[in-house]
Formats: sequence, structure tokens, C-alpha cells
Amino acid sequence: MTDVAYIDRPNRPLYVYAIFYLAFLYIPVMFLPLFSFNDNIYITFPLKGFTIQWYVAMFKDQPMWAALNNSLRVGCVSSAIATLLGLFVAKAVTRYRIPGVKPIIFVIMLPMVVPLIIMGVALLILVTRLGFNLSLYTITMAHVLISVPFAMATLISRFEGFDPSMEEASSDLGAGPWSTFWRVTLPMVAPGVLASFLLCFTISFDDFIMAFFLGGTDPTLPIFIWGQLRFPFRLPGVLALGSLILIISFVVVFISLWLRRWGVEDTQSGI
Amino acid sequence: MTNNDAFVSLADVSKHFGSVVAVDHLSFTINSGEFFSLLGPSGCGKTTVLRMLGGFESPTTGEVYIDGVPMSEVPPHHRPTNMVFQNYAIFPHLNVRANIAYGLRYDKIEKAEVARRVEEALEMVKLPGFGKRRSNELSGGQRQRVALARALIKRPKVLLLDEPLGALDKKLREEMQLELRALQESVGITFIFVTHDQEEALTLSSRIAVMARGKALQVASPKDLYNHPVSVEVADFIGQMNFVKAQVMDVRNGEALLDTAGLGKITTSASSDFVRKGAAIIVAIRPEKLLLSAERGSDGRASVQGTIKTSTYLGDRNHIYVSVDGCEKPLAVATPEAQASGEKPLDRESTVWLSWADNALILLPHD
Ligand SMILES: Nc1ncnc2c1ncn2[C@@H]1O[C@H](COP(=O)(O)OP(=O)(O)O)[C@@H](O)[C@H]1O
Ligand SMILES: [Mg+2]
Repeated sequence: MTDVAYIDRPNRPLYVYAIFYLAFLYIPVMFLPLFSFNDNIYITFPLKGFTIQWYVAMFKDQPMWAALNNSLRVGCVSSAIATLLGLFVAKAVTRYRIPGVKPIIFVIMLPMVVPLIIMGVALLILVTRLGFNLSLYTITMAHVLISVPFAMATLISRFEGFDPSMEEASSDLGAGPWSTFWRVTLPMVAPGVLASFLLCFTISFDDFIMAFFLGGTDPTLPIFIWGQLRFPFRLPGVLALGSLILIISFVVVFISLWLRRWGVEDTQSGI
Repeated sequence: MTNNDAFVSLADVSKHFGSVVAVDHLSFTINSGEFFSLLGPSGCGKTTVLRMLGGFESPTTGEVYIDGVPMSEVPPHHRPTNMVFQNYAIFPHLNVRANIAYGLRYDKIEKAEVARRVEEALEMVKLPGFGKRRSNELSGGQRQRVALARALIKRPKVLLLDEPLGALDKKLREEMQLELRALQESVGITFIFVTHDQEEALTLSSRIAVMARGKALQVASPKDLYNHPVSVEVADFIGQMNFVKAQVMDVRNGEALLDTAGLGKITTSASSDFVRKGAAIIVAIRPEKLLLSAERGSDGRASVQGTIKTSTYLGDRNHIYVSVDGCEKPLAVATPEAQASGEKPLDRESTVWLSWADNALILLPHD
């Protein structure tokens, strides 16, 4: 007999499965930092030696900085707009009795499942027909379109998690609608707003297809990287850049998960 | 308005949620400085009435008046009411001090005055030194006090309280009842208090509206409700009551001759107009108005013989259930504990006599 509860007993097959799973997920990704420090222009084993020259080269790469700058700008603007739109929609669908709200949400959520390539082609046709020039603005618009469903999903769940009597208490104490929004609603959904912003930002930062179809002469970072792949000697620099982005993404994901948890504890304590 | 004292009044107010009728043609008035309770079972529309007073729901028909002003066009943030919510709704992102001071910003009060009034409010609800805490660092009773302070600091004309003691344990609840009553007397604000606990309503209120199915069954003082309920439903809801069916044999000079199912033929004074010759009515009597004895009394009071069935121990008194021929259910008789354990043990199945004073009978319409 053992005094360990059944649920706490070690489960060997499960451990093996977990290890394989993690290896499958992370080994390909780990090649990036590995080769980014390898002193060889070609991506092959065996490794030749340690170097940081690719990182140095990357930091001196002006077009890369320009592309990064474009990506950051497009990402910030599109996620700010998407989050703002998501905020209004979430507030509306969770706080007011709107007839036919279910189909409306369905339609807004639809872009989540439409293949991006279809969206890209459709938008390209639309934008050129309307006579717009392809530029960072058109990319930004497209990014708003594809990230709004994610912003909404994040924010609606945040709004559903907090008690409408908080807002009623605020207006009961003399606050008008705007005052209530700034003093109660926004602080209480703030973790959701941040999580939504970060999520939309990653979507935008990551996007290749929309940027490819709707971009003008200014490339975003994914377009720039794609362009580099044509030149073998550029590849290690791309690996260095990729490694940096990888680390930053992990940090961002970690922060947004932490925000989500923090948010949940906060609302529970309020009830 | 008809009543000059009326401070809050509901004029034929109804509220429908789709096909659900939450409040059904409700009318009553509340005087200034009253401690007025809405009492009724869960789902009878109490919260809906309170929310219409606070401005969070608008009546489907009818009008709410506060201090003579019709309220239908007045949003919550402009009403002279403040509310203590059922879940207290303490803002989790603000500390106690900021919660209490929250509403003062809209009253254009100087900073120093705000600080002074917040301290005063913390004193009043017995939470001095708690200003820096957050809501998750407070117990249920403390949250309730913060909600109370946050509402009272606004000095509203009317304070609305939605089952504010419902979440507290019994001992704390009784303590808070006393404090709430004392507080209401000292601030002199009209309190409208929602509860489903009849004992709580009887303890606290100057008047009570007993509600069921969105209607007010009776609006009266606790004493009147207890002694003069107007219907079987009210009598059943307030305290314990024995009901006996009866037929009106004759009515003459304010005296009615009743043929009761179990209590025999009795004569009692009757002024209500439902007591007509031939009408079927209900005779009600409180357990504590029935007197239990082993022998038939010789004082000339009306009495009837019965058999003891069971008894329940209630601490300060016993309820003994006596079955009487003709009565549908055994009659509950309240006896002081001393008598129950006294000289003559009252065994099951032993035969006893029940007697009552003539004025102890309450006549109610058959519904
Ligand atoms: N927002 C709402 N939508 C639909 N039905 C409601 C709503 N609020 C209350 N009701 C219904 O109205 C009735 C009265 O509710 P309520 O006033 O909360 O009762 P109480 O406070 O006495 O328990 C209930 O049947 C309830 O289901
Ligand atoms: Mg209620």
C-alpha cells in the first residue's frame, strides 16, 4: 500500500508524452538562437564557433530598423483602434439589452475564421477600387479588421466577469455616464484592455499576408525578413533578429497571462 | 397627491420584463423620516421596486414621486436617493477612503471638508482606521458598513437598502439591526429597506409593505400587521398562525355568530363587510393567544377539548400541537418553557382543554 493519493501518484506515460510534446514545440524554435551565435554564414551542423557578429551587423542594418519602426507604428495604431472598438462593443453587448445581439456578434467574429489570404485579396480589390494608394495606412486598416474579433473576445469576457452593480453604484453616487466610465469601468477592465492591446499587437506584428497584399513601398518587419531570405549571407542576421523577437514575444505573452490572472483575482474580490 | 406627509410615493406603478410582471399596479406612500420595509418572499418584486426608486429601472406604467417631484425623467445620478446594494458593490480598485469619498466629488465640496466628512463617516459606521484597506481585505460586515457610509455621506433624502443584512451570520445580523435602527434615528433620513425576513422587518420598521406576486398585500405598522392582518396570506407570512374554517350564521349589532370547524359555535364582534350572513370565512388565532390546561376552565372563557400530538422546543417557549376534532390541522399552542416542563407533564395523546379570549380571534376573508 502507498500513502500517496491516487491522483498524486507519478504517471510515467504522461511524463514521456509531455517531454515529446515540448520537444516537438520548442526544438525547431531553438535552432534560431543556436545558429544566431554560430560563426558560419551557412546554417549547417557542425557548429563552428561562437560569435556575436550577426547581432552587431543587425544593429547596424538601417533598412531593418526602418522596417521595425514601420511594424511598431502599424502595430501600436492598429491595436489601439481595435481595442477601442472592442471596448465599445463589449460594453454595449454586455450592458444593454439589444435585440438581435447574437447574430451581430457572430458577424463581427466571422473574420476570425475567414482565411487571411481571402481577406487579403478581397481588401486589395476593395482598396484599389476605392482609389487608395497602398501604404502603411492600408496595412493598418487591414490589421484593425483582423484583430478586432480578438479584442472583442478578450474584452467581452472581461466585462462579463464584472458586476454591473459597480457601474450602478457609481451613477447612484452622482457620477454621470462619462465619469462612471473613467472612474469605474475603465479601471476595472484595464487588465483586459492591456491584454487585448498586447494580443492585437502580436497579431499585427506577426502578420505577413495582409502586409504583403496591402503594403506599398514601406515594408513591415515580416516583409523585410522575407525579402532578406533571397540573399544567403543575410540569413544569420535574420536569425539574430528572430531570436530577439522570440525573447520579446515570450516576455509579452508572460505579461499578458499574468495580467489576465491578476484581473480575475481583482474582480472576485470586488464581489 | 392626496397625502400631505407623503415623501416618497408610488402611483399605480407596474414593471414588466417581457412577459414577466415583476411589479403589478403598486401604490403606497412613505412619510419623511420613516423606516419603511418591503417584505416578501424571494421573487415578489422587492428589488425591482427599489431599483425603480433608485432610477435603475423605469416603470412600465405609473409614476414614482420623491419629495413631490415625478422621477421618470430623472437619471440615477440626479436623484436624491442613495442605495446600499445587495452585494455592497464596493469598488475593488479603490480603498475604503476613496470608496466613501467617491460621491462627494459631485457635490462640489472642498478637499479639507471631504477629508473631515470621510473620517466622520468612518467613525459613524465604527470603522475608524480602516481607510487604507481594500475591499478584499474586509469582512462581509465591514463591507456592509463601507457601503452604508458611502451612501450616507451623500446625505440623501432617501436611503435604499436591498437586503443589506442577508449575507451576514445571525449574530452579526442582529447586532447590525440594532445599529441600523439607531443610525436611522440619529440621521433622520428616510430608509426604505428590503428584506424577506419577517422578524427583521418587524424589529426594524416603522411601517411594512407586505408584498407577493408584485402586489402590496398590506401596508401597516408591525403591530397592526401582527394583530390585524387583512388576509390569510399576510397572517401566514407574519409570525405563526392557526387557521380554522368557519361559516357566518348570523350578524346582528356588530356581533357575528360563527359555526367553526373545530372551535364550535362562537359569537364575536365583527365589523368587516365580508362577514355577511352565509359567508365562508377563516378564523385565525395566534399560538400565544391559546391557553392550555388539563381541566376545563371555570372562568367562562370559550374552550374546546383536544389531544396533544407533538411539541417543538423553541428555547424560550414550546409549541405544542393539539389536534381538535373538526380542525384540518393540529392547532399550535405556545406555552412558556416553565409550564411545559412543570408540575404536570403533558404527555402525547393526553387530553387537554384549549381556551381563548374573545378578542383573540381574527376574522379573515376566505380566499
Ligand atoms: N432584469 C430582469 N429581467 C427579467 N426579469 C427580471 C429582471 N429583474 C427581475 N426580474 C424578474 O422579476 C421578478 C421580481 O424580481 P425581484 O424584484 O428581483 O424580486 P425580489 O427582489 O423580491 O426577490 C422575478 O420574477 C424576476 O425573475
Ligand atoms: Mg431581491
